[in-house]
Amino acid sequence: MAAEEEASRPFAGLSDVSISEDIPVEGDISVPVGPSRTEEEFSTLDEPVKETILRDLRAVGNKFIHVLYPRRSSALLRDWDLWGPLLLCVTLALLLQDGTADSDHEGGPQFAEVFVIVWFGSIIITLNSKLLGGTLSFFQSLCVLGYCILPLTVAMVVCRIVLFGASGTIGFVVRLVVVTASFGWSTFASTAFLSDSQPANRRALVVYPVFLFYFVIGWMVLTFSPSTERQP
Amino acid sequence: MASNNDPFEFREFEEDGNLLETNREATTIKIEDEDVKRQTKAPGFVHDAEDEYSAHSDDREELLSGQKKSAPFWTFEYYQKFFDIETHHVRERILGSLLPWPRKNFIQFYLRKNPDLYGPFWICTTLVFAVFISGNISNFMAGKYNPQFRKVTIAATMIFSYAWFVPLGLWGFLLWRNNKILNLVSYSFMEVVCVYGYSLSAYIPAVVLCIAPLEWLRWCIMVVAFGLSGSILVMTFWPALREDHPKVAMAMVSAIVLLDVVLAVVCKMYFFSRPGAPVAPPTSGLIKTNTSSS
Repeated sequence: MAAEEEASRPFAGLSDVSISEDIPVEGDISVPVGPSRTEEEFSTLDEPVKETILRDLRAVGNKFIHVLYPRRSSALLRDWDLWGPLLLCVTLALLLQDGTADSDHEGGPQFAEVFVIVWFGSIIITLNSKLLGGTLSFFQSLCVLGYCILPLTVAMVVCRIVLFGASGTIGFVVRLVVVTASFGWSTFASTAFLSDSQPANRRALVVYPVFLFYFVIGWMVLTFSPSTERQP
Repeated sequence: MASNNDPFEFREFEEDGNLLETNREATTIKIEDEDVKRQTKAPGFVHDAEDEYSAHSDDREELLSGQKKSAPFWTFEYYQKFFDIETHHVRERILGSLLPWPRKNFIQFYLRKNPDLYGPFWICTTLVFAVFISGNISNFMAGKYNPQFRKVTIAATMIFSYAWFVPLGLWGFLLWRNNKILNLVSYSFMEVVCVYGYSLSAYIPAVVLCIAPLEWLRWCIMVVAFGLSGSILVMTFWPALREDHPKVAMAMVSAIVLLDVVLAVVCKMYFFSRPGAPVAPPTSGLIKTNTSSS
């Protein structure tokens, strides 16, 4: 009866509430705005340019340190960026140039060839790990592979310095040792980041292309020789 | 009927109709019957598994395999099913291609309806870089150090066309012949690509061993590698070709073998020059610094 009707309309009791004009509504609806972090992130327009650039450089430098001392940290994965890989790739490609004008038929790789190998190789390895069921995203994987070229770039700098000083067998042995060590370091660093995201029975399938990638880059670093010497 | 005398006595749960007698205004929901009905209609596991397991499992597997293959070829999931292998599968397939056995057809024994793209692609890539690096090392040891990086591009074009276009042609040919003659054995395109890819794995150690500066040794090594890879290919494709007209079958087998020979010879001659002969740069017509003959 009446009780049942009441029960079937649970909000029935509110229907006779009305707002009459003679009850004034008072109060302050403005929310006090204080200095909050979210405001700072949105208003980077006002900060000096040096601040902006330094912040990105600091992030890149922080990731360099994570690569040089590989621990199980997620800094590379959480805030990935591609500035570092670009910087490293351009540096490596520039250092691998001969510098002489008539060496475009022979000699080492051109700038574009190094670029293509590094970026195309990273993309193919990323696709490979994703097809095998990896859990990293596309850009995270690119970020890791690019940052782990750092040891090989350092080895390239060392090799160029060695080539200025000692050439011949001793120089070659030193360069071989340095390049081998940095190749091992690169591979170890990148597998420390990448291998957690793969199922255990496919880990070797993912690690092998990374090994091949850094081996080819290491080979390019090792066989670099300026064209002023050579020709027995 | 509910008895309130002894509260600790276990009472059977009553039907909801009985409960409503005491309080007609309460709303009750009948979950019991609906749950039972839902269980009996469950399409799969509990009910079917108990009663008709053998009959239903085949249907289910067919349905599942049909679902597996229905992704269109422009999606990522289509290609993911070609990477559905594990490390030990790849290892077994590589070993199987290095050691051919007369009774073990590569496709039927090793692939088992699960062709993969991982093996062919990475074996081709490894072979490209192995050939290039070994060629460089052998040239260096012969005294003429000329790291022509453009050789990588040429090696890659050669090896990848052999591993992808030749299977395409062969598969097309087998498809065409299948229309004319009744053939019990038919291979899919991915399986043919897989066989060709894995058969190239015999060349990788051969090419690395060709660094040795002895000419006769290099030719011996290449002949052995060609023997291994050629025999894998012939043993795999002979069952598909033998039903055919004898002349056609022999022609196809010799075509397969010939293409393999061409690949081996071109690799050897282009990348491992004879010691003592000058290394000719591919594009320059001038006689540059290659006058060093030691």
